[in-house]
Amino acid sequence: MNEPPAAPPQPAPAPAPAPAPAPARDSLPPGPTASPPAPADAHGMPFAAGGTATASAAPRRVLPQRRPWRWAATLLLLVVAAQVAHGLATNPFYQWDRFQYWFLRPSILGGLLITLKVAAYSAVAGLLGGTALALGRLSRNPVVRAASWLYIWLFRSVPLIVVLLFLYNFSALYKSLSLGVPFGPGFLSFDESHLATDLVIAVVGLSLNEAAYAAEVVRAGLLSVDHGQHEAADALGLPPRYRFTRIVLPQAMRAIVPSYVNQLIGLVKSTSLVFYVSLLDLFGQVQNMGSTFPGDVVPLLLVATVWYVILTSAVSVVQYYVERRFARGALRTPPPTPPARLRAAARALRARIALGAAA
Amino acid sequence: MSAPLAGTGAPGPGSAPHAATATPRRAGPPAAVEVRGAHKWYGAHHVLDGVELTVPAGRVTAVLGPSGSGKSTLLRAINHLEKLDSGHVLVNGELIGVRRQGTRLRELGERAIRAQRGRIGFVFQDFNLFPHLTAAQNVAAAPVATGRRTRADAQEWARSLLGLVGLAGKADAYPRQLSGGQQQRVAIARAMALEPGVILFDEPTSALDPELVGEVLDVIKSLAGTGTTLIVVTHEIGFAREIADDVVFLDGGRIVEQGPPGEVLVHPRSPRTRAFLSRAV
Repeated sequence: MNEPPAAPPQPAPAPAPAPAPAPARDSLPPGPTASPPAPADAHGMPFAAGGTATASAAPRRVLPQRRPWRWAATLLLLVVAAQVAHGLATNPFYQWDRFQYWFLRPSILGGLLITLKVAAYSAVAGLLGGTALALGRLSRNPVVRAASWLYIWLFRSVPLIVVLLFLYNFSALYKSLSLGVPFGPGFLSFDESHLATDLVIAVVGLSLNEAAYAAEVVRAGLLSVDHGQHEAADALGLPPRYRFTRIVLPQAMRAIVPSYVNQLIGLVKSTSLVFYVSLLDLFGQVQNMGSTFPGDVVPLLLVATVWYVILTSAVSVVQYYVERRFARGALRTPPPTPPARLRAAARALRARIALGAAA
Repeated sequence: MSAPLAGTGAPGPGSAPHAATATPRRAGPPAAVEVRGAHKWYGAHHVLDGVELTVPAGRVTAVLGPSGSGKSTLLRAINHLEKLDSGHVLVNGELIGVRRQGTRLRELGERAIRAQRGRIGFVFQDFNLFPHLTAAQNVAAAPVATGRRTRADAQEWARSLLGLVGLAGKADAYPRQLSGGQQQRVAIARAMALEPGVILFDEPTSALDPELVGEVLDVIKSLAGTGTTLIVVTHEIGFAREIADDVVFLDGGRIVEQGPPGEVLVHPRSPRTRAFLSRAV
C-alpha cells in the first residue's frame, strides 16, 4: 500500500468486531498524522484487520520515495546492454572460437607474467622512490627540496617511451657504469651489457617515471593531514620515525590510495610500452602473434583487453579493502563491505516484496 | 653567568633548580616555570612584549586576557611549539628549546627538544587527537614511541589514565565516536601519559558546547593539588576564580596583573583588567 497511512482518531463508523482496541491503537500516532479524514481504503484494510501484529506495526512504517526514473533508466540500460551483448556474441568478426584458443595459450600467459612482474616491481620501486621524493620536497633542507623538485620536473617532462629507449641505448652511450669520484678513480663498476637485461631496463625506466608521479600523489596525501596532528606529535615529543609511520602516513593514506591506484592502473597499461625495448609482455606477445597470424588480430586484441580488465579489476578490489583499512576512525560507523551490502539489499527486497504481497 | 641571562637567576645547565628563582612576591614553593624577557613578533605584530612570568610548582595558574593578547603564544612558547625571538623559558630550572652558547642562546637539536617536551604536557583547544587510533592507543602512543613502556604496559597505563578522567569504558572507541568533552578528556589523559611535571592547557573548553564544559573542568580540577603544575589559558573566569591559585592577566603581549584570584578578579588594579572583567562577567 502506498497511501500515507493515516490513523483516524474518531473512526465514526468503527468496525464492529474491535471497538475497544481501536482507540488505544489510534492514540499511538499523535496529532499530525491523524488530521485528515482517512481515505476509505486505508481505513478498510489494516485497521479493520484488527489485533494482529502486522496491522499495528503497518501504520507507523514510512514508505520510501517513489523513483520512477530509476526504473526507466534501468530499463534503458538493460536494453542497451542486451544489444551490446547480442552484438558481441553473434558478430562473426570477433571470432570467439579463436579468442578461446588464444586466451590461455602459454605464449600469452608468459607475456602476462612479464606484464605482472614489470608492473609489480615498478609499482613498489616507484612508490618507495615517490615517497622519498615527496619527503624530499617537504624537507626543511633547501638543497634536498630543490633536488627533489628537479627530479620530478625532469621525469614528468620526458615521455616514458623516450626514457625507455634512452635506457635501452644506454650501453651504447656508456660502455661501463662506475661509481666513484668524478674524473677520478671509480671504486665500483658494472659492465653495462651484463647488468642490463631487458627486464631490468623496463623496470628501471618505469620506476623512474612512476616515482616522479607517485611523489606528487604522496605529497598531496601528506599535505592533507591536519596541521594539528603535527603539533600534537610535536607536543608529545614523538620521534620522527614513529610520527611518520604511525601518525602522519596512516592518515595520509586515505588521500594517497585512490590517486595512487589510479596511477597504478596507468602503470599496468603503460607496461605495454616495454615492447619497444624488445621485452615481450602481454601486449608484445599479442602484437607478435598478430603479425604471425594476421587473421587472428581481433581475437588477440580481445584477449589482451580481457586480461587488462581482469588485472585492473583485481587492483580495484584490493583498493577497496585497503581504503577501508585506512578509513578506521574516520567514520562513526564503517560502511558495510560489498558482500554485506548485497545481503542487506536482498533482505530489503524480500521485505518489500512481502509488504507488497500483504497490501 | 652570560650577559642576557644575568640577573634572571637562571641556573647553569648542570645545576639543580634553586630557590632564588622562586617568585620574590611570595615565599612559596620553587618555580616550576619561569619566562624571562620573552619577545615574539609575527611580522610587524609584537605578540609578546617582554613577558616576565613565574609560576610556582604544584599550583594552578590561570592565564586570562582578551583575544589577541598573546596568551596562547606565551603558553606555546613554554614547550617550544613557538620559538621566542628573544628571552627564554625555564621549566624546573632547565632552559627550554635552547642552550647557552657563549653569551647567546642557540636552538637545541630536535632530539633534545623532544626529550624536554616529554616533561611538559600540552592540551589543545581542538583536542588534536589522532583520529585513526582508539582512545587507549592515543594515550599509549607517547610512552611506546619514546621507549618508556612496552606496548602491553602502555596499554594498561593508558586504561588506568582513561579511568582517571572517567572514560574507562571508552578505551576502545575512536575519537569521532566520542563527544567533544570526552575527546578533550582523552586528550588530557594523553598529555599525562609521560607523567609530566607541568601540563599546559590552551583554552581547553573553548571548542566545547556549554553543557560539556563542566566535565572537562572537573577533570582539570581533579588534577589540581596532585603536585602537577597546571597552567590554563582560559575564558572561564568562574573556573579561574574557583580553582586557580594564581591568575595572570595578559594584554597587548604584556602581563598587566598577577596575583591570587581574590585580588586580581575581585579588586583588579589595572583599568584594562577591570574593563575585561566587566565585559566578560
